[in-house]
Amino acid sequence: MSILVDSSTRILVQGITGKAGGFHAHQCLEYGTQIVAGVTPGKAGEKFEGKVPVFNTVQDAVAETHATVSVVFVPAPFAADAILEGVEAGLALVVCITEGIPVNDMVRVKRAMQGKKTRLIGPNCPGIITPGSGKDSTGGCKIGIMPGYIHKKGNVGVVSRSGTLTYEAVWQLTSLGIGQSTCVGIGGDPVNGTSHLEVIQMLNDDPDTHAIIMIGEIGGTTEEEAARWIKEHGKKPVAAFIAGSTAPPGRRMGHAGAIISGGKGTAAEKIKALRDAGIAISPTPSDMGKTLAALLK
Amino acid sequence: MNIHEFQAKELFRRYGVPVPKGIMASTVGEAAAAAARLFEDGVSFVVVKSQIHAGGRGKGTFKEGFQGGVQLCKSPADVTRVAEQMLGKTLVTKQTGAEGRIVRKLLIEIGSKIKKEYYLSILLDRQLSVPVMMASTEGGMDIEEVAKKTPEKILKQPIDPAVGMMPYQARNLASRLGLDGERIQQAVKLMQGVYKTFWECDASLVEINPLILSEGSDGTTHLMALDGKINLDDNALYRHPEIQEMRDLSEEAPLEVEASKFNLNYIKLDGNIACMVNGAGLAMSTMDIIQHFGGSPANFLDVGGGASKEQVAAAFKIILKDPHVKGILVNIFGGIMKCDIIAEGILAAVKDVNLKIPLVVRLEGTNVKLGQQIIRESGLDVIPAESLSDAAQKIVAAVKGLK
Repeated sequence: MSILVDSSTRILVQGITGKAGGFHAHQCLEYGTQIVAGVTPGKAGEKFEGKVPVFNTVQDAVAETHATVSVVFVPAPFAADAILEGVEAGLALVVCITEGIPVNDMVRVKRAMQGKKTRLIGPNCPGIITPGSGKDSTGGCKIGIMPGYIHKKGNVGVVSRSGTLTYEAVWQLTSLGIGQSTCVGIGGDPVNGTSHLEVIQMLNDDPDTHAIIMIGEIGGTTEEEAARWIKEHGKKPVAAFIAGSTAPPGRRMGHAGAIISGGKGTAAEKIKALRDAGIAISPTPSDMGKTLAALLK
Repeated sequence: MNIHEFQAKELFRRYGVPVPKGIMASTVGEAAAAAARLFEDGVSFVVVKSQIHAGGRGKGTFKEGFQGGVQLCKSPADVTRVAEQMLGKTLVTKQTGAEGRIVRKLLIEIGSKIKKEYYLSILLDRQLSVPVMMASTEGGMDIEEVAKKTPEKILKQPIDPAVGMMPYQARNLASRLGLDGERIQQAVKLMQGVYKTFWECDASLVEINPLILSEGSDGTTHLMALDGKINLDDNALYRHPEIQEMRDLSEEAPLEVEASKFNLNYIKLDGNIACMVNGAGLAMSTMDIIQHFGGSPANFLDVGGGASKEQVAAAFKIILKDPHVKGILVNIFGGIMKCDIIAEGILAAVKDVNLKIPLVVRLEGTNVKLGQQIIRESGLDVIPAESLSDAAQKIVAAVKGLK
């Protein structure tokens, strides 16, 4: 078991003929992910790498291939349109990798998604992976841009706002021999589809997830919200790391969402809230694996 | 991106937000001419305001000794005298840091008789994922202090982006601010204009502090924006060419401007250990771990997910332009990026800049063995590290050893 996706999930790629979309669709296929369709307007009838059919619209792709999940690689100015196209087509899940989407576009998207059944992960995220049992964790479901081989099938759920920092955590786990159930990158933007809390609720209910790592960063309050919920309802041990203890206020640290404003969203505040909820805090980014391992003993 | 007050007020005018009549001046001559024109209208005084991208100007001090970056002047001669003390001089405020900012532009405005001051702003409410307008009767104050000490004095109105700011929402705010009579309709027009400025310009913040109720010579009162601050969403600038032209590079740190040319995300800090990392979260974490082991980071630098050899070389040069840097830590988790390519980029840059300070390199991920081998066999003085904590400890030790 796992959350959101598994090896049978049928996926379509929006922007499959673009440079990023093509490269990563290839990597996902090699990993064993069921990429069943691609969408690029005007290129219907083509075949990606000779096997994946390309459609003009998401609706056509869904009707033809019964894909239920989409991964979006289209450039930022067109990403809001692509996400909502997937929502309208009734997909269960849209994973948006694209970074640099205007905040107001995401405000509109989020408003338009109210009451719809589709879940959005991202944008500006590495994606979702449920590792498989093959060599280098292949045979699972990789939807996104993370390197597959750093993962290992197992029972730790990972949720994070950051890309490479997640790889760091996953690699520390794998190096210690600890595998992962599902790793979800929720993205570094101030408006995103799914919060830390929502992923943690899913991991909490997943029988194959035995422990959770939450990786947060400065800005916003989603880590605090998750901590409050965990204190009340958490059934599993949780380890966490918050990046940005040394970040100066008022400066955006790369991610649009990583900014301390009005004295809110500091690492110290978040760490306090997490500790209050009984979450084990990794003192440095080098100790995330060890901190989680200590909870499993 | 940030813009100046005079530019923010230009945008306000476009969206029907009342502002005092004013003219921008870059020279003493222009300031004198602007003053002459404004005094022709029969006003009793004008205000000369230093234009820098930082708040606290009124209470600021010029390094050259002159007090106050905002001055009231009763004659054109007065304006000339004040402009001479401000233009080309360095203004230090509580927001500029000790180095201050050089004043290159002035805004000369007709003076307003202030009956009452308010605060008004709009920004994203991250919890609700919609814009929220905030208003307060505590105008002209440090709003963060107000929020801390008397949070009940800050009124909040979330706005549904599907319909925009409705008149009733503005009336509610106006009424709670204690406005009455014609002032309520004025507030509706002004607040809707502020919302439009925020939404249509893709701003991340629009702030008016103070918003004032001014009294005209005929005794009538009017709401207007006495100050204006607008921050813009960098990701949306592509669709606002006219706003892009408002960018003032002289207000940005030169190394940050240089970095942006190479699509590098660089922020200068006060420490002496430079770092170069791929990914924003990992870059922040690398700064944190340097501090954890007793060092002090000199910068935040994210080279992105797919940096090229050229970008790595450019990043090295930018890092080394900071005279405080006494050591460098490179931390790359290669996913899409291959470690051997990074290693080659590092070596090319080290040779090119004739590096004389300690360099610790930690590589992990795709092709890591090949990358480490390239560095070991280069014969260059590069300290390899096994893990993030190993790397941080090694660079901190190396830099301390230098002292």
